[in-house]
Amino acid sequence: MIKRKVVPWIGFLTVLLLWSTEGFAISENENHELPAEEEFQPGEFIMEHIGDAYEWHILTYKDFHLSIPLPVILYSKYSGFHVFMSARFGHGHNTWKGFRISQEEPHRGKIVEGLGNGTVVKPLDLSITKNVLAVFVSVIVLLWLFIAVAKKYERTRGKAPTGFQNMIETVILFIRDDVARPSIGERHYERFMPYLLTLFFFILANNLMGLIPVFPFGANVTGNIAVTGILAFFTLMVTTLSGNRHYWKDIFNAPGVPWWLKVPIPMMPVIELFGMLTKPLVLMVRLFANITAGHIIAMGFFSLIFIFGSMDPALGWAVSPLTVVFTIFMGILEILVAFIQAYVFTLLSALYFGMATAEQHGT
Amino acid sequence: MELINPGTGLVFWMLVSFGILLLLLGKFAWKPILRALKEREDTINEALENAERTREEMARIRADQDEIIRHTKVERETILREAREIKTQIMMEAREKAGEEAEKLMKEARLTIENQKNRVLQDIEEQITRLSVEIAEKVLRQNLDNKEKQKELIRSLIKDVKMN
Repeated sequence: MIKRKVVPWIGFLTVLLLWSTEGFAISENENHELPAEEEFQPGEFIMEHIGDAYEWHILTYKDFHLSIPLPVILYSKYSGFHVFMSARFGHGHNTWKGFRISQEEPHRGKIVEGLGNGTVVKPLDLSITKNVLAVFVSVIVLLWLFIAVAKKYERTRGKAPTGFQNMIETVILFIRDDVARPSIGERHYERFMPYLLTLFFFILANNLMGLIPVFPFGANVTGNIAVTGILAFFTLMVTTLSGNRHYWKDIFNAPGVPWWLKVPIPMMPVIELFGMLTKPLVLMVRLFANITAGHIIAMGFFSLIFIFGSMDPALGWAVSPLTVVFTIFMGILEILVAFIQAYVFTLLSALYFGMATAEQHGT
Repeated sequence: MELINPGTGLVFWMLVSFGILLLLLGKFAWKPILRALKEREDTINEALENAERTREEMARIRADQDEIIRHTKVERETILREAREIKTQIMMEAREKAGEEAEKLMKEARLTIENQKNRVLQDIEEQITRLSVEIAEKVLRQNLDNKEKQKELIRSLIKDVKMN
């Protein structure tokens, strides 16, 4: 039983190690022009941790960089498709086939293609970045967990839930009875349950995984505007596609509004249309800002050690217990925030679905 | 500005992964889980309703029982009372009948005695007549020679008659 569970993990780790040896090999031969005494830059340090990257940086010790290179997938109008490992960039210092990681605005941190005549263009970039890999990991973890739970339900049909299944069931029932039912109503809520559950557990899993600082976790997935944007986009799509007659009537011909607000200049419809779009936008920004802010604060407390350490090593040691306490406090707060934000996103989505499917005004 | 500038790769892969996650979880996880939860809730509700119904049924049966027992008690009382009444009535009737019977018997006895007496009287009359005739015959046969002897004869004759 134990062996059967361990084998895939060993396989997984082996693949990771083989993958990362390329990184090692290149790292050791590297010759950076680093300043002799590198100043600690808390701003850069934090930004690096909350931002996306083409490689998964694990640790840096003196000149030695341990990072896992990730595949870069590019399509350029000028040179076609390119697929290669990000190790070719040598941690952002090298140029490979005219591509490099831009160090200046407006494409700072993104891959750009330098054409021969000195102009710089941005190719279509479908690289498996750190956040993409973290999303994949979370998708695999979620599929594995919930399909296992579903199997257990089928195996113990009609019996009381036990163990992990029981824990998950509490959350599922919470989403069903305290989020979906009151927000959407008894008639339509069942239709939205799969989406709401997936949304909740995806956000929660990524929030929590972002708090674990060990590979393959610790990426700032739900604090990335692209991820929250896609989640909000899904909510917008579901809302729009399930909107009934009343929903659209409220937008284009809101009842109880003077006619001159609709004709000849359709002021109210335009405002309502904006309202329709701002709802998901707010969802997107709220999740992004909350998680990013949490990471920034936690990393900021953590940076205090090095800021004081760069003044005097003894001061760094003296401050560290206090900052560790602060960081732990922030970590606990972040766990709370992880649940709250997942809940808020799901609840608001459910409320929007409820508006879209409401039979009558005010119900 | 890097922070709020979404990466195209991330947008694309996120769209794909979340879409796949939604489909797979919806089909292989949420559907069976939600169905199992609903089934279990239905089973529990049904069991509770059944229990409630059974309890009501039990209460009704007990009430019925009590009713039957009470009814039986009342019936028993009535039967006993009726039995007692019948008993007294029968006894009274029996007594009456016995009295009547006795009276009838007495009457009959009296009648018989009367008859008997009459017949005896008749007999006596006949005897007396017959004896008188006999006596007269004897007297006539003796030829009445002696007055004294005649008297004695008559006396003995009468004595004989008396004896009879």
